[in-house]
Amino acid sequence: MLKQIEGSRAMAEAIALCRPEVICAYPITPQTHIVEGLAELVRDGRLTGCEYLNVESEFAALSVAIGSSAAGARTYTATSSQGLLFMMEAVYNASGLGLPIVMTLGNRAIGAPINIWNDHSDAMAVRDAGWIMLFAETNQEAVDLHIQAFRLAEELSCPVMVNVDGFILTHAVERVDVPEQIQVDTFLPPFEPVQVLDPRDPVSIGAMVGPEAFTEVRYLAHHKQMLALDAIPRIAAEFKGVFGRESGGLLRGYRMEDADTVVVAMGSVMGTIKDTIDEMRDQGHAVGALHIGSFRPFPLEEVRSALLPAKRVVVLEKNLAIGMGGVLASHVRMALRGHGNRVHTLVAGLGGRPITRASLSRFLAVVEQEPHNTLHFLDLNTEVVEAEIARMAQTRRSGPIAENVLRRMGAGGLL
Amino acid sequence: MPQTGPSQTVKFYQTGTLTVGNRLLDPASRTVQSSESRSNAITCGHRACQGCGEALGARYAVDAAMRAANSQLVCVNATGCLEVFTTPYPETSWQVPWLHSLFGNAAAVAAGVAAAMRVKGRQEVRVLAQGGDGGTTDIGFGCLSGMFERNDDVLYVCYDNQAYMNTGVQRSSATPPTARTATTPVAEDAPGNVFGTGKNVPLIAMAHNIPYVATASVADLHDLEAKVNRAMSLRGARYLHVLVPCPLGWGSASHDTIRLARLAVECGLFPLFEAEHGEITATKPIRRRVPVEEYLRPQRRFAHLFRPDAPHAGEALARIQAMADANIRRFDLLRMSDDRKETA
Ligand SMILES: Cc1ncc(C[n+]2csc(CCOP(=O)(O)OP(=O)(O)O)c2C)c(N)n1
Ligand code: SF4
Repeated sequence: MLKQIEGSRAMAEAIALCRPEVICAYPITPQTHIVEGLAELVRDGRLTGCEYLNVESEFAALSVAIGSSAAGARTYTATSSQGLLFMMEAVYNASGLGLPIVMTLGNRAIGAPINIWNDHSDAMAVRDAGWIMLFAETNQEAVDLHIQAFRLAEELSCPVMVNVDGFILTHAVERVDVPEQIQVDTFLPPFEPVQVLDPRDPVSIGAMVGPEAFTEVRYLAHHKQMLALDAIPRIAAEFKGVFGRESGGLLRGYRMEDADTVVVAMGSVMGTIKDTIDEMRDQGHAVGALHIGSFRPFPLEEVRSALLPAKRVVVLEKNLAIGMGGVLASHVRMALRGHGNRVHTLVAGLGGRPITRASLSRFLAVVEQEPHNTLHFLDLNTEVVEAEIARMAQTRRSGPIAENVLRRMGAGGLL
Repeated sequence: MPQTGPSQTVKFYQTGTLTVGNRLLDPASRTVQSSESRSNAITCGHRACQGCGEALGARYAVDAAMRAANSQLVCVNATGCLEVFTTPYPETSWQVPWLHSLFGNAAAVAAGVAAAMRVKGRQEVRVLAQGGDGGTTDIGFGCLSGMFERNDDVLYVCYDNQAYMNTGVQRSSATPPTARTATTPVAEDAPGNVFGTGKNVPLIAMAHNIPYVATASVADLHDLEAKVNRAMSLRGARYLHVLVPCPLGWGSASHDTIRLARLAVECGLFPLFEAEHGEITATKPIRRRVPVEEYLRPQRRFAHLFRPDAPHAGEALARIQAMADANIRRFDLLRMSDDRKETA
């Protein structure tokens, strides 16, 4: 049913339609509205057959989810940023145990300095934890991906994380087609765990494994992700069959035909990128864009064949691998290794800084001329950083950086 | 089943006045372990040290819980000796459905299992969570307190060997004062672990007003089983704290495990009690009071207190004795026990 609805609310309704049996989460901005919405649906009886547990921390939230999933219940949780890091140990554990938990990550920066706004630092911090990691471009896709996530998780017995940009998606009110129960029931069969804690057939789960088998166990986890490279597009196609719309999949190109320059990105920033590309196309620039919908597994082959024809690739990163550059760009470089394409890393939107069409098209225009690979920070205030670097060099006790930067910006009216 | 007369020795069970679990007693008083039809939840062949109190405690607790749950039991385990010595891949000693997740989350994982059973309408399946004192009183304490506060339907059993044994005997918040551990070494006049109040998790558990809290020791296995039974007869969050001597960490002889567990109780350092909804309902009187020295002396972790030249040893011993005396007063442990009253 078409609704003008907040992203979080729409996601909560979609998750409820998936009939989760245990929901356990701990509030953190910008994830809160999702779990509040679910609490309401459970309380007022619209979501039945579901235990909603309030716990004392994110670590406990995912731990409860591990227990309930291992006991055979369809299980859901959600978090963001600091919360994800607080549950980190359990994040690895859930995938290591092969538990099909579905988690929403309302993407947000990680402190210090504390910052509640959107970027992808949190997701990148768990990129190698063994979860399937999907990124939603719009709220419609956020809704649809959750429904596909349960299918994927349970088919592969592997946890799935649906990444949704904090505020930009979670708090935006827009038109979303919220599915009907009958559609979801057609698409998503009841959960049948491959391993389950049941006195009728006792198994030990989580035993100690030594060097003689650990590599094999890890290999099998990797193999599972390789299977997901097939399962993700197949499930997306089945989804289209039932729900009548394209949603999800490994990646999606936009105006890629004869594009010399391709912008690669994940999540909601694609909206801005597409608008920029439309404008630049009108001005005669051969530009296109590629959305990576599945970051784990990373579709290396598909990315390579999509990007090979492009002369240059700009990877727009909403994260910073400090001391290195960007995480996504290093993946794209890997996909294109041995080929002549130039790959630029564009770090943008950290801690919620707006990514504007003007800044982006200015950068793309420069890149068309620029012969070298670069690491570029979009809209970086170089005046402020240089002044701060100079001050730190002069003063031994230079004090807290973030606060100094804020003072300087406030005083100089630079931002 | 072979007949066992009073003159015959009972294979692998103690006999005598302090007899445990043996088949010499009338059937009603026998422990679960004395029955050949017991569940055998943890099979032999695990890798615990000889004389491991934790292996013994876990076996009794889990088998008793199995019987009480009519074999409908799921176990959750924190990281630690019990987990490691029972599951050397690809083998497992567990004959019950068993899940190990992490060091600090057994209580929360168990809460998840309980929630799943509730939602699936399988109320007959009971959940037992277990961990060492480290996994319980330190790193897992937040999850444990959360489980108590929500009154999740889980029996949590802490096997207290008073240190982190699995990582090589380091201090935990249940390590007694002056005990030597790898992180509280004895040096000159620094006598091992410093005096403090420690963390008394049974009392903290009581402060959560949960249905049942009890302490037990592997020296009195009848009592341990009775407490598991009582706990299993209730629903909601229940906590059992079992003293399990560790020959490796305590520096004691393998054959002294039971004796030390008994001495800990009889000197007053480890009071045995039960509480329901925050109120003490029963305490176990001491049969034969012993000075703390008798308990401490056989353990190498306290050896520095008994060196002739040990600085402050006298004062340290006096303080430990005072702790025991305080327990004895607080729980009135020297009153006559009911069975002795009858013969008096
Ligand atoms: C997060 C984390 N920190 C540390 C460890 C290392 N570690 C494993 S078991 C253990 C100590 C276990 O002590 P305790 O809970 O008292 O159980 P015991 O081995 O004495 O039975 C430690 C420190 C770990 N596994 N996980
Ligand atoms: S170290 Fe202690 S607790 Fe661990 S197996 Fe040996 S005796 Fe048991």
